[in-house]
Amino acid sequence: MANVISRFGSATAAAITRVGTSALAISHEVGGIAVLAGRVLRRLIPPRLDGRELWTNLFKMGNGSVPIIILTAFFSGGLMTLQSAPFVQKFGATALAGWAAGYAVLREIGPILIALMFSGRVGANNTAELATMTVTEQLDGLRALAIDPISFLIVPRVLAMIVALFALTVLGDLVALVGAAIVAHTVMGIEWATMYHSFADNLAPYDVLHGLYKSLAFGFAIALTSCYFGISVKGGSTGVGRAVNAAVVAAAVSIMLLDFFLTYLTG
Amino acid sequence: MAIRQSIHRRIYNLGASAIGTVTVVRDLWLLFIGAIAGVLRTMRRNDPSRRPGEIWRQMHSMGNRSLVFLVVTLGFIGMVMVYQSCLQLARVTGDYSQVGPQFIRLAVSDFAPTLTSLMLATRVGAGIAAEVGSMKVTEQVDALRMCGVAPIDFLISPRLVASFITTITMSILACGIMYGAGGLTAHYSFGVNLNIFFDPSNVRNSHVILGLIKAASFGIAIPIVSGYCGLAAHGSSEGVGRATTAAVIGSSFAVIALDFVISTLALLVMPGGV
Repeated sequence: MANVISRFGSATAAAITRVGTSALAISHEVGGIAVLAGRVLRRLIPPRLDGRELWTNLFKMGNGSVPIIILTAFFSGGLMTLQSAPFVQKFGATALAGWAAGYAVLREIGPILIALMFSGRVGANNTAELATMTVTEQLDGLRALAIDPISFLIVPRVLAMIVALFALTVLGDLVALVGAAIVAHTVMGIEWATMYHSFADNLAPYDVLHGLYKSLAFGFAIALTSCYFGISVKGGSTGVGRAVNAAVVAAAVSIMLLDFFLTYLTG
Repeated sequence: MAIRQSIHRRIYNLGASAIGTVTVVRDLWLLFIGAIAGVLRTMRRNDPSRRPGEIWRQMHSMGNRSLVFLVVTLGFIGMVMVYQSCLQLARVTGDYSQVGPQFIRLAVSDFAPTLTSLMLATRVGAGIAAEVGSMKVTEQVDALRMCGVAPIDFLISPRLVASFITTITMSILACGIMYGAGGLTAHYSFGVNLNIFFDPSNVRNSHVILGLIKAASFGIAIPIVSGYCGLAAHGSSEGVGRATTAAVIGSSFAVIALDFVISTLALLVMPGGV
């Protein structure tokens, strides 16, 4: 009996230890990201950053992501139309097809899917790049040359990611609406004009803005998590893979959390 | 002259990327066939690539260790979706009775498998590519081949089986989480009666089958795409990072594209039925 109790006790202790360890690890990471955010913001007033690096990153992150974002947005617009298809066909309510698809895409699915793809392409790439630089001690090299790694590497990337994701979401919204119209036309046989009026009559400008300001927050979150996990990497080539993995997971969690709170706070 | 050169270069680039795409698709197909063959081969008791318990280990690392991540992300997205639909309905009719029944239909046939697989694609896909990729760049894959062990049988096949099972189970779990979180949001934010919200009478067998088909195909696509990216890694730590990035983006995109294709087929095969 005593044996059973002691074994149960040690199992409970182990479970509590595990929960505590992971809670501490999460707090450590959240704290690290907050400190990094503070450092980045402090270098923005007055702006101290490398202009050339900013342009390079804007091109690499923005223009480079256009094809994948266009495909994602097209599919997400088409998917939302397909999901509303049973209703539309059942009640013959073709005027509502654009409303359902447009509302879902502009407010939720579009910004989220675009942000997830952006985090996969740009965020993960950025983490891998920074992690490789950290592992090969290039950040220490910059410090030795009296160049601040944060204003030289991190601040341009953070700004570039926010701007690029915002611009890509604007583009993606347009492509998603076109995709919704094309799918509605080819699969369900809805006229282009019907679809256009359905968008124009039922969607308010605020539906677009709601998705767009969320994309600003997503961009900031992706930038901070990917930079943080990049510069805090430990251990050679396996470390780089692990850092990328941790960064995309953290970015996905923060996208979902931010999405909920921003929706809840602003409607 | 310069214009002609730039046109030539553009055509050249277009052709190169077309050939590249065809090659990647062919290699993915071959890897898929190879991995299925590997699953069958490693069923033999004396196969050199057989590792008892490997599938369980992979399922643990893909499923159990993604559990918190999945519960948090899908719980929140379920809440947001219901919140947004109620918000829109409040503007138009104010009748919330259809939110729950329609939400569960959409969750079963589309949102649960797709969003779960997108989340798994980031976590599991990145993990597979990082593991396989770092084995590749440290020449462990070549070492396996020298020992007479087929790398695909040894590395990809167990992950294929594990991901197949895990994605299906996780999608079912995620559906429950989304539904529960959405119901609580509707109840506490908009005062929707829980009995009215939790009414699954709209869900038909075809919805469940469609959702399971989607989850199964995503579960196959994720390890194949990420395993391909991992095995294609070269260079040093930089190569591993690039492979991981390619795996995340490739498997997420595979999920979205497959979802689109399967949804379209379902709509065309069963008009009004799904």
